[in-house]
Amino acid sequence: MTGNDRSPLFLPVIYLGGLIFGFGLAISGMARPEVVLDFLQFDDLGLLFVMGGAAVVTGITFTVATRYLGDAPLTGREYTRRLKDFDRNVVIGGAIFGVGWGLSGICPGAAYASFGVGNYPILYAVAGMFLGAYAQGYWRARQSNDADAADATSG
Amino acid sequence: MSALTPLLTASELFPRGVLPYLLGGLLVGLGAAVIYLATGIIAGASTFLESTLSYVSDVPRFNRFKYVRSRGWRLVFTAGIVSGAAVWGLVLAPDPGIWTTDVQWWRLLGGGFLVGVGTRLGKGCTSGHGVCGTGSLSNTSLVNVATFLTVAIGTAQLVQALGVSP
Repeated sequence: MTGNDRSPLFLPVIYLGGLIFGFGLAISGMARPEVVLDFLQFDDLGLLFVMGGAAVVTGITFTVATRYLGDAPLTGREYTRRLKDFDRNVVIGGAIFGVGWGLSGICPGAAYASFGVGNYPILYAVAGMFLGAYAQGYWRARQSNDADAADATSG
Repeated sequence: MSALTPLLTASELFPRGVLPYLLGGLLVGLGAAVIYLATGIIAGASTFLESTLSYVSDVPRFNRFKYVRSRGWRLVFTAGIVSGAAVWGLVLAPDPGIWTTDVQWWRLLGGGFLVGVGTRLGKGCTSGHGVCGTGSLSNTSLVNVATFLTVAIGTAQLVQALGVSP
């Protein structure tokens, strides 16, 4: 997908999808860290309905699309599941994310939505997420360089 | 008595009711579904971090083809999320207006940092794994979600027990 074979509607539809997504996050309260923390402290289990409701809709959509539809109209992409590989990092990363989520009550999509409801202190969390993503990328780039160097000397 | 007990329990577990949560969740799913049906793309919110870093960083990891190729539409997706939330929060909500959190800045910054590290290492977040991954019954996503949910509950309970509030 180079951009040439994308429909002119590609970006407007991405924007529309993001708009509905963010609207939903705001209605659900997930844009408020307090609501998420209430859930994690078992004071209000409503968030189960956010995750559950969303997963039911995507589940039905994915199932119908992969079984009965051909290619996506705006990109020509095939509807596939494109599953991510499982490795140790899925668990380690999930655990680190869990500590961060439990500490702050904020995850990426909800943080962007939180900024949308005018919650400017959330920029601390957004800045933290960029710093964390940068640190992770920088560290793993160095790590793979070290591994390459080790391979070169041993091989 | 026995008929009332479940009702009382339910209202304790859901003090704000379930409707806004359910409606919000269905819309979050609908947003992801619109994008998937139109483009075949499974929308995650956390890859935005890496793809946007490719604008300002020379680190090769952030400049891999898949990030540079997708960074434009990921900015648009995020702009959509911000403006969609604004439409509800600032215009259509029963009490429209700017809302700010009382959670302390160091919790937001430190927690955000760990979220940044963890979602990238673990290949996704609550939208990529939690909504889209569980929706497609991906084992990788189910393991990731079970892990971050369990650890987050433990962390939040611990922080509360230490007397940190909010």
